[in-house]
Parts: sequence; C-alpha cells; structure tokens
Amino acid sequence: MDILSLFVTVPVLTIIALVFTKGLKQARVVSMVGSLIQLVMAINLVFAYFKERALNNSIMVFTKDVVWFKQFNIHYAIGVDGISVALLLLTAIVVLAGVFISWKMAVLPKEFFISLLILATGVYGFFISIDLFTMFVFYEIAVIPMYLLIGIWGSGPKEYSAMKLTLMLMGASAVLLVGVLGIYFNSNADGGALTFNILEIAQVNIPFEAQKLFFPLTFVGFAVLGALFPFHTWSPDGHASAPTAVSMLHAGVLMKLGGYGVFRIAMFLLPEGAMHWSWFFIILAAIGVVYGAFGAIKQTDLKYINAYASVSHLGLVLFALLTLNKIAWNGAILQSLSHGLLTAMFFALIGMVYGRTHTRDIYKLGGLMKILPFIGAIYVITGMAYLGLPGFSGFVAEMNIFVGAFENPNMFNRILTILVVSSIVVTAVYILRLVGKIMMGPLSNDEFKDLPKATWFEKTGILLLLIPIVAMGVAPLWLSDMIFESLEPFIQGVL
Amino acid sequence: MNFTYIILIPLIPLAVFFLLGIFNQKIKPAVSGYIGVAGLLTSGILSFYTAYQYFFVHGKVAGVYQTFVQKTTWMNFTDTLAIDMGVLVDPISVMMLIVVSIISLMVHIYSRGYMKGDEGYTKFFAYLGLFSFSIFGLVLATNLFQIYIFWELVGVSSYLLIGYYYTKPSAVSAAKKAFIVTRFADLGFLIGILIIGYYTGTYDFETLNNPEGSAILNWAATSFMGLSALTWALILIFIGGAGKSAMFPLHIWLPDAMEGPTPVSALIHAATMVVAGVYLVARLFPMYYFIEDGFALNIVAYVGAFSSLFAAIIAITQTDIKRVLAFSTMSQLGYMMLALGVSGYEGHDGLGYMASMFHLFTHAMFKALLFLGAGSVIHAVHSNYLKDMGGLRKYMPITNVTFLIAALSIAGFPLTAGFFSKDEILVAAFEHNKLIYGVGVLVAGLTAFYMFRIYFGIFWGKNTQYKHTPHESPLSMTIPLIILAFLSLFSGFIPFSELVTADRIGFEAHLNYPLAAIAVTVGLIGIGLAWVFYKKENDLSDKFANVFGPFYKWAYHKFYFDEIYMFVTKKILFNGIAGNIAKFDKKIVDGTMEGIGNKTVVVSEKIKGMQSGKVQDYAFAFIAGVVVLAMVFIYLWTN
Repeated sequence: MDILSLFVTVPVLTIIALVFTKGLKQARVVSMVGSLIQLVMAINLVFAYFKERALNNSIMVFTKDVVWFKQFNIHYAIGVDGISVALLLLTAIVVLAGVFISWKMAVLPKEFFISLLILATGVYGFFISIDLFTMFVFYEIAVIPMYLLIGIWGSGPKEYSAMKLTLMLMGASAVLLVGVLGIYFNSNADGGALTFNILEIAQVNIPFEAQKLFFPLTFVGFAVLGALFPFHTWSPDGHASAPTAVSMLHAGVLMKLGGYGVFRIAMFLLPEGAMHWSWFFIILAAIGVVYGAFGAIKQTDLKYINAYASVSHLGLVLFALLTLNKIAWNGAILQSLSHGLLTAMFFALIGMVYGRTHTRDIYKLGGLMKILPFIGAIYVITGMAYLGLPGFSGFVAEMNIFVGAFENPNMFNRILTILVVSSIVVTAVYILRLVGKIMMGPLSNDEFKDLPKATWFEKTGILLLLIPIVAMGVAPLWLSDMIFESLEPFIQGVL
Repeated sequence: MNFTYIILIPLIPLAVFFLLGIFNQKIKPAVSGYIGVAGLLTSGILSFYTAYQYFFVHGKVAGVYQTFVQKTTWMNFTDTLAIDMGVLVDPISVMMLIVVSIISLMVHIYSRGYMKGDEGYTKFFAYLGLFSFSIFGLVLATNLFQIYIFWELVGVSSYLLIGYYYTKPSAVSAAKKAFIVTRFADLGFLIGILIIGYYTGTYDFETLNNPEGSAILNWAATSFMGLSALTWALILIFIGGAGKSAMFPLHIWLPDAMEGPTPVSALIHAATMVVAGVYLVARLFPMYYFIEDGFALNIVAYVGAFSSLFAAIIAITQTDIKRVLAFSTMSQLGYMMLALGVSGYEGHDGLGYMASMFHLFTHAMFKALLFLGAGSVIHAVHSNYLKDMGGLRKYMPITNVTFLIAALSIAGFPLTAGFFSKDEILVAAFEHNKLIYGVGVLVAGLTAFYMFRIYFGIFWGKNTQYKHTPHESPLSMTIPLIILAFLSLFSGFIPFSELVTADRIGFEAHLNYPLAAIAVTVGLIGIGLAWVFYKKENDLSDKFANVFGPFYKWAYHKFYFDEIYMFVTKKILFNGIAGNIAKFDKKIVDGTMEGIGNKTVVVSEKIKGMQSGKVQDYAFAFIAGVVVLAMVFIYLWTN
C-alpha cells in the first residue's frame, strides 16, 4: 500500500473495527488508536515529503493512478504537494484531539465515533485526490455525516440546525457539480480526451468564455463551505447545535475544504476566470472579514461568537486567495492551518466550560479562572493567539496575508486591504470581551464553586492542539517554505 | 566584535517565565521570588557588561559609534523581503538595556516585599519575566517587524499585569481598555510598516536609517495626497508610538492602567514600556528627520508639546496619587517627544535627540522611584487617595526622603538628574521653536507644583488619624528606593552628549545658564506655591479651585475624554454597528436563506396534490399531455 492510500485505508479499518466494539470504553480506545496511527502517519508523511521533494520536482509527489470508471475517464488518482501535506497533518491532529475531547461521550458512543471517522475519511480522501470526480465523492462523504452528528448528538434546536446546514451545503454542492462538470467538458479544449485529472486539466487552455462561466459556480460551490458572506448563516446555527468534537472537526477541518477547493480547483484550473471575477468576490470576502468580526461583538452565546469569528477568519483566507499574490496565498494556507487549530481549541474549551456549567451564555458565566485555572489559562492563551499575537500561528498567517495583499498598488485593493487589516482591532474587542466576561471578574454563580478541574484526556487534547500553534508561531520558516514552493504552479496561471 | 551572548539578556527572563508559569502551583512563593530576581540580575550584569564593552572598548571606530547587527531569517516573504530576528547594538539600544535592567531588577526586588502573601505571587513573577523578555526584545530589534512583534508582546504583558487582580471588574476593564486602545494605535503602526516594506523593500533599520540610503534619498519618488508615501508611513508609525507612549488623544488607557499592582505601574507604565513610543521615533530618527524635511517630525513635536501641557494640567486636579503620577508620566513623555521633534541631526544641532534620550534615562529613575515610593505609602495606608494620607513623614522616614529626592529631580532642582536632562530639552526647544519652548517652561512650573502638591499632601499637611499606625516598609522595598534615589540624584552627571547622539559623534554640551536659571526659577515658584497651599492644612487650594470654576471641573474630569470614547465605542460601534450587524444577519441574510427554504416547502405543499395516487388522475394528465404536445408539433410542422 502506498503512503497516501493508507490515509483512507486506516480510518476505514478503524471504522470496521469500531463496528465490532461494545460500549464506550472499547469504542474510544479503538478510535484513539486509529487516530493516533493516523497522526504518526501524517508526521511521517511530512518527513517523507521533504525527502521526496529534494529529488522530485513535479507538482505532485507520491502520485498514483488507478482507473476507476473507464467510460468517463474517472480515476482514483492521488498525489500531494506541500499544501495538502500540511492540511493532512492538521486533519490528523484535530481528529485525535476530537477523540480525546469526546472521551466521555455517553449517548451511542460507537455510532458517534463511526460517524466522526467517516467524516475524517472523507476529508483525508479529499486532500489526497487529484481527480476531480474522486475529490467530489470524498467531499460528499465528508459533508453528509454532519447531518447525523448534529441531528443525533447535538443540543438545542438540533434537527433544525442539522437540516439548515445540510441543505445549504448540498445546495452549494449542486452548484459546484455544475462547475466541475463544466470543467470536465472543457478539458478537451486542446484536442485531448476528456479528463477529470487536475494536473492534466491544468495543462489545457480552457476557453476564456467557459472560464468566465464556470469560475463563479466552482468558487461559490466551495466558498459556501468556507463561510463566504452572505452564505455563512448555516455556520452559527450549525456550530451552536453540534456536539463539541463535531464543531472542532467541522470548523477546524471541514471548513478548510472550502478554501482548499477554491484554490486547488477553481483558481488552479480556471485562472483567467479567477482574474476576471476576483474584483467581485474579493469585495464579498473583505466584507465577510469585517462583518464577521463586528457580528461577533454582540453575540452572547460562546459558540455563536466563535462561529462569527470563523466567518471573519475564513473570510481572510478567501480574501488572501483572491488577491492573486503568492505571499498572500502562503498566508491563506497558513491561516487555514492556524484557524483550524485555534478554532478547534476554542470549541474544545467551550465544550469543557459547557459540560461543567451547562450554559454558554456569557452573561451567566464569570470568574471561572479561579475555579478552573488550567482551562482559564488556556482560554486566555487561545484568545491571544486568535487575535494574532506574535508567537502564535495566527500572527504569522495574518502578516503574510497583509504583506501580500499590500503588494498590489491598485487603490481599490489598497482600500480593501486596509479595511481588512483593521479587523485586527475588532477581533481584539470581541476576544477580550469574551475572556473578560467568562474567565475574569467575580464568580457569577456560587454553584460553580465546585466545578471539576480539567481531566487528563482534556489536557491531552488541548496540548495536542497547542503545541503546533506555538510551533508555527515561533518557527514558521520550515512550514512556510514547504508551502511556498508548492505555490509556483498556481502563480503561473495568473501571471 | 562578538555580541552573540546578548541574546541571553532577553532569553533568561523568558526562561524564568516558562519555569514559573508552568510550575506555577509547585514552586513555593519564596523560591519563585528569588528565581525572578536571580534571572534579572543575570540579565542586568550582562547588560552592564555590554554597555561597558560598547561604550568604552569596542563601540567607537574613528570617533563614531558603530552599529553591530546579528540576525537570522525568521520568515520569508520574497527573496529580498523577510522578517529577521536578531540583536542590534547601538548607543540607544545599549542605553535602553541599562534602563530596563536597572528598573526591572529594582521592581523584582521590591515586589518580593510588596506582593508578599498574595495568592498569585508566583504568577506575578512569571508575568514580570514575560514582560522583561518582551521589552528586551523590543529594545534589541533589528527591523520594523521585529520591533512590532515585541511591541505586541509587551502589550500583552501589560494587559496581563494590569488585569492581575482579575476578580476586580475595574482591573479587567482597565486591562481591556489598555489593550484595545494600544491595539488601535498599532493598526497605524502596522499599516506604516506595510507601506515602508512595499516602497523601500526592506524592514531593516540599518538600511532604512542610512542617510545616504535609497529610502531616505528617494522619498520624493512616491506621493499620496500631497505628501510622500513614506511621510504617511512615518505618521502612521508615530500613531503606534503615540498609543504606547500615551500621547494625546490616545492617552486614555494610561490612567486606568493604574489598576495594576504598583510595582507594575513603576516598571511598565512609567519607566519602560511607555517610553517604547519615544524609542521608536528615536530608532527611526534619521528617517523622521530627512524625509520630506522633517514633516512627520514636526507632528511629533507638536503632539508631544500639547500632550505634555494637557497632562500637566490634569495632574494638578487629581486626588488619586497613582493617577497624578500617571498624568505626570504622560506629561514627561510629551517632553521627550517634543525634544525629538525639535531636534536636528548633526553635532550640537542634534541636542534635542540626545536630550530626549537623556531625559528618558533620568525620568525612568525618578519616576520609578516615585511609583515605588507611592507603592510604599499605599502599602502602609491601604488607600490611593490623598484624603486618606497626611503627616506620614513621621512614620515612614526612608520613603519620605527618597520621595522628596525624586520630586526634586522631576521638578528640575539644580544638580539633580532631572535638572540636567530637562535643561538640555529646553535649550534644544529654545534654539528651534520658541512656542514649544514656552510650553516647555510652563510645564516645568506645573510639574513642580503638582509634584509637591502630592508630596506635601502625603508626608506633611493634615495629621490624619490612622486606624492602624502606618510603619516603614520592609528592607526589600526600601533598598530599591534608596538605590533609585541615588540614581535620581547623580545620573545627571553621565556625559550623555558624548555617548548617545543622533549622528553617533559625541559633542560637548554645556549648561546654558540663562535658560537654566529661568527653568529653575519657574520650578521653584511651583514648589513655593505648593508649599503655601499644601504644607499645612488650609482652604486656600479650594478657594483657588473655585476661582477657576468650570475649567477646574473640566480638568478634574480629564476634559471628558473617557466619556467621548465611551460614547463612540458603546453607542456607535457596539450598539450602532455591531448590534445592527447582528440583527441584519439574523433577519435579512439568514432570513433570505430561510425564505428560500420556506418557499420551497410552500410550493411543494401546493403541488403535492398532483401526486394523488389515483389512476384516473394520471390517465387524464397523460392524455392532456399528449394532446398538448400533438398540438405543438402540428403547429411547428405547419409553419
């Protein structure tokens, strides 16, 4: 088995093993072992990638191609570059942390972990695919378990939220499918055969008219998952109802599929379409950045705050992609990674607070630092990282985006850039308000006096996320170099 | 020469931070205090060693102080544009190392006494370590981005320390306010950095500051709204500096920051962090001076002068001694800014630059002493307010004498440290801008007055009856006071003009006797008035306040700036914009999506009747369909 296919095989084997487990204890141990293997593989892949990259200069390495559906030239084609390697590592970290955070899942634990791992399988498959059709299939595999995970294990108006989330994402998928098929039927523009293979399509000069038509479809199809304004409203409701680990995985990893898809498919395959449309979508993205940040200020539910913060931070990813600048692109990928870790961390912490106090209303919480020193301290650290404090991942990503966006001397772009940069102040406002309200001040409720302290599995989950956040923030060079050299083929298209 | 070891100066406090932060619960308070002091002592010794090596052994080549840089790439943007991390050794960075390590060490020692018995004792020393790391990193920064990085870290340490008593709502909101206001200012700084990076292609101080370098020579190549883009960048960067150094109108966070423990106020909000803005302008001084003939530098001068006067007026009216000192800090920072603003570049012309750095140094000593003395008083009487104090000279002799020395020094009493540095500033202002000189003299008088107002109010004045008899503070607190008092008296004799100058070539500065006489007279008048008003309990001051009536009230309420900011943030930004966005999102954006969903359901309700399951209905539809289609075909066929 090749190094990449294992990323799909191992979760599938874990799922099969889970089918035979009984009770929570067995289920969580099996999931933990499976996810741990996955993480070890992801770390190994990083080293293997560096080794391979030194010898191999092609766009994708570790490629493999198996014909799957001959009639339509559909292949199981896989391969990775620096971007997908980084995102695979992110996925492995967040999945394992999610398993630790769900250590005490009481309701239908077996089914819960199975659904969680199906989701993970879809995500892994998506990141290794280089065949449009296979990619689309994995994409759907990742999105559909969300319905079950929220609908069954969620809280509050869970059926409503699950329905809303699924319908909006399915609607986007429909648009996306049109875009993907549009690309497919234009892949013979230079006289070759029709193909779904991304690398082959990238060589084809798809006519400008077709690019103009299919870019918005593909872009919007993916960007809805990346919380593009005004199609972000599934996210606050969905996150609010989802159980902790699902929120972590969804905001941490699944939403990254949006940005990745935009980059890998819409922008890589339809570069002229991207150049034609970027002015329009960049406005939406910039609005999303500022709008999400302001939207977060007035929310009172911890999860809503985080959902709007995600709209803002993922808006930054889309904004950076649409600047069509290499430095900003680097920042976009770094921001995807950084936001994935940070938002997973936030949702994990919210889950810990909610699990103890049974409320997420910030007006009912207060002074928890004294009772829960570990959770409180981590909450403050995460908040600081989230508002872009140097030394954490967010700063590195944001600075790349800002410097890159500023490279474009066009006045229109400058104004948008300055608007987007100013979101760092608004972010500070809602983060400090949040931290100040729930962690500091006098204890709001005497019943909170005896809340249990953080457990070992919670701490493990947190540290798993915190270590890469700090590593990225302190020594960003290796990671950004890995991503940077993989951006070259992308920049060729928009020059 | 090899300055690699300098990297240890910031890294040792960082190690202390991690050690105390991670093993917070396990380390005994007594031990953690010693760990903190030992860490800073090591950094301090290294700093002094560096200063000796730099100023007296290796630094000077052919009469010019050199810049030594050691750095490594931290983050790449393009092949040429990168963020480096490293250390830069030049006169002002070495001078700042000395300032920071002296004050930080004193505050560490002092805190062992002041914070005794506090439940967060270890955490407190951890935070001090984090702060010391950040400020050392800021001082040693080799480029704009590195200074920005440590700038933010300093900001967060300040946030943590202001909010140290985190169960107190006022401390939490003060911390939040400090962070957000400075963050807003940093937005300007960041955009300034982006502009400089784009137009000059470098962030390095060495390249940017080179008077013959392309950044300075080609400033006219770009223009935006009538000014060079680089001038805009410098103005924006100054906004960042003004935020940290509490210049008008970004000063509002500093008085509230006094919610932090008093040693913190001494370290961060008097001596080190707040001078970062001054340091930043000094760091980029050649750019400020040469680009667009010092347009941005003029702004620095006027903002500094105005802030200085503004703060001095407010300081007279405040009744919380820490707030008086806070406004005094703002006023003295304004002094440093205006000195930079009126400075030239070469030789004696650069007197303002040298005076500003000189004043930064002496001010750090006497202002830290004032704060630590105030802390000693607050420790004894458990109140910040003048009304709860009086007659304390009998109970606290050491605090009394050291506080008096600091007050004399800030008032510019002859031969104290403050006298020399203030005199140089006034001379520089006199030579370049008479208006600013006038403001400077006025502020000198006001400073002497408000400082002796609180001195007399605390140690003389009425004989307050205390519930618990106040007593002198322990040795751990009085020893730093004595050391700082010594420095406040004698650090004025350091020949700054030989060591720290804009063009790196030393010159001889002489006292300008007529100007010094004017400044001293004005200072003495201030002290004399305070003597009359406050030495003995009387109602002269109240009567006097009544004469000024509304103006006094305005000043007492700090000219209502807090209220204005409150209005803008609460009413406009929060309720106006954020609140409406939240509603808009729920009602309009989400409403549209819901609407589409609901319409789909409604339509399907309407048409679901067609799937009736009755064969006759389907047969009817089938035949009707055939008829319609047939008619269409016939129509098409006949045409």
